[in-house]
Amino acid sequence: MHVIELHELVKSYGTVQALNGLTLCVPEGSLYGLLGPNGAGKTTTLRILCTLLAPDSGEVIFSGIDVLKDPRAARRKLGYVAQEVAVDKILTGRELLQLQGDIYHLPVKDREIRINELVERLEMSSWINRRCGTYSGGMRRRLDLASGLLHKPKLLVLDEPTVGLDIESRSAVWQILKELRSEGVTVLLSSHYLEEVEALSDQIAILDQGRVIAEGTPEKLKNELGGDRVTLRVREFSTTEESEKVRRLLKKVEGVRQVVVNRAQGFSLNLVVDDEGALTRIREELDKDEVYIFSLTQSKPSLDDVYLQATGRTLMDAELAVAGKRDVKLETKQSMR
Amino acid sequence: MKTNSVDLSLSTSIDDDNISNLIQEIKALTLRLFIQLIRRPSTLIAGILQPLIWLILFGALFSNAPDGFLPGGLSYGRFLGAGVIVFTAFSGALNAGLPVMFDREFGFLNRLLVAPLISRSSIVFASVIYITVISLLQSFAIMGTAALLGYGWPGSGGILLVSLTLLILVFAVTALSLGMAFALPGHIELIAVIFVINLPLLFASTALAPISYMPGWLGWLAALNPLTFAIEPIRAAYSGPLDLGLVILHAPYGDLNGYECLGILLGITIGLFLLIRPLLNRKLA
Ligand SMILES: Nc1ncnc2c1ncn2[C@@H]1O[C@H](COP(=O)(O)OP(=O)(O)OP(=O)(O)O)[C@@H](O)[C@H]1O
Ligand SMILES: [Mg+2]
Repeated sequence: MHVIELHELVKSYGTVQALNGLTLCVPEGSLYGLLGPNGAGKTTTLRILCTLLAPDSGEVIFSGIDVLKDPRAARRKLGYVAQEVAVDKILTGRELLQLQGDIYHLPVKDREIRINELVERLEMSSWINRRCGTYSGGMRRRLDLASGLLHKPKLLVLDEPTVGLDIESRSAVWQILKELRSEGVTVLLSSHYLEEVEALSDQIAILDQGRVIAEGTPEKLKNELGGDRVTLRVREFSTTEESEKVRRLLKKVEGVRQVVVNRAQGFSLNLVVDDEGALTRIREELDKDEVYIFSLTQSKPSLDDVYLQATGRTLMDAELAVAGKRDVKLETKQSMR
Repeated sequence: MKTNSVDLSLSTSIDDDNISNLIQEIKALTLRLFIQLIRRPSTLIAGILQPLIWLILFGALFSNAPDGFLPGGLSYGRFLGAGVIVFTAFSGALNAGLPVMFDREFGFLNRLLVAPLISRSSIVFASVIYITVISLLQSFAIMGTAALLGYGWPGSGGILLVSLTLLILVFAVTALSLGMAFALPGHIELIAVIFVINLPLLFASTALAPISYMPGWLGWLAALNPLTFAIEPIRAAYSGPLDLGLVILHAPYGDLNGYECLGILLGITIGLFLLIRPLLNRKLA
């Protein structure tokens, strides 16, 4: 069963088209990752789901609730951890959690029990009674996670939960998210870290320019791509001429695709093979010309390959392309509504 | 499993549960404001000192005015007290939107907006309670100082009247300020608007001088200014035995007694609040 159904969401900010007919279904109990470069529309999607933003058109169903018609019913069942953590510097962490409990209408006794539970679980006891103004980024993240979980939501939505965290805090967050899933909470998170999504999610959707361009389990996406990635070297550090020659040879082999010379890695050759037999044929072809193979590694396609295939560029390239175009000032101004 | 979608922001049957939830959320939001105040008391201290300085300086400015300078033979100090009380409460309430604007800018407001608040007006109510308490503290400081300066004391009926009037005024102005905090783009704009409204409303009211001293057009403005409707009843409490049935305002459009002044003030307040409510819920539109 799908706990979230987003249909044909369209949203523009002035002339910027942030969502472009985005459709997405999240199965109940899954740990679902939204992957996409900067500006793909992840935050916009999550804000719409969490009732902070209304789409220009489209439909949002969460747990059987029409979120656009009855946002309050939806708010009761979801926890949201925003991309930028906002705390009240004057309050202590505990006071902030108490405030949070009260605006979710937890009975005071339950509220205190729940706070203590979370303080323990997220290891916040040594600093929870200090003012938030003194917290580090990792502490704030944990506090924010706790406030998102206080009312035991059915769905936890996290926008880039580990950005800017050190490795230790990051794996702590991952651990908690996995635990939540095993407790039956649906977790929806956005990220532009491939490793994060790959390590955590059992389902992912790749967003690009305001729409979903691929969706499924990481395995399915990679298998759909087909073919194994092969890196081949004829010498530890080759030269342009030599690589070019090998490339021409390889292109003649049946079942070999996309042969490129990777200058950055000592002119090694990257290629895709469709079947095991192709590797044998490569050896035969190279033998004929007395070219000897120094090393050959074979791997399944990665999520980056999936992204590359879907958009024609790597995630990294996409980020660089977008970085120059955004008007950060304008956005912070408008997003603060 | 489709829940029938009622718009809880308007007209739902408010059951007991909702009411206790409403109280819980208002209490929590108010508590936050007071914790901030106590841990950062400088604003409170400044807020109490400033009107006292007004009272002392302005009172001194006209202290040598001839007898019979004001209608009813009131001394200027007595006359001024009510104006300073109302103006202080007014400026305090007008600034109430600023913390909310900062919450918006820092993203803290999102925490409140993703929560299932029974009503977003709770944010307004919390601010109203907070500002009212501060205004009362300020007013008592003003009344105490005025008494020390020999400007008289309004008596217990007067104090009740002061509290009631301030509550109505603070409600209206706080709602207005919070409405602007939601509608304007940022704190710079909000501060600009506050700046433009604040002093002109003071001068175009009967806080500093009676209508009879003003040129016709200004008299009209003062007689339409909501501050005037708050100032005159309080002034009445200072000028003798309190009787709200007496005419206390000679406006160009006619004479008003104390009840009429308070009634108009209440009307303006309710109207403003109804006008501003949609702004709070607009967040999803
Ligand atoms: N408030 C805003 N005003 C104007 N444009 C905006 C605003 N918010 C987002 N955008 C634009 O909408 C598009 C989608 O933005 P969004 O924040 O949803 O992306 P994202 O995937 O979350 O990116 P990131 O990884 O950088 O957080 C971008 O082109 C962005 O420039
Ligand atoms: Mg984002």
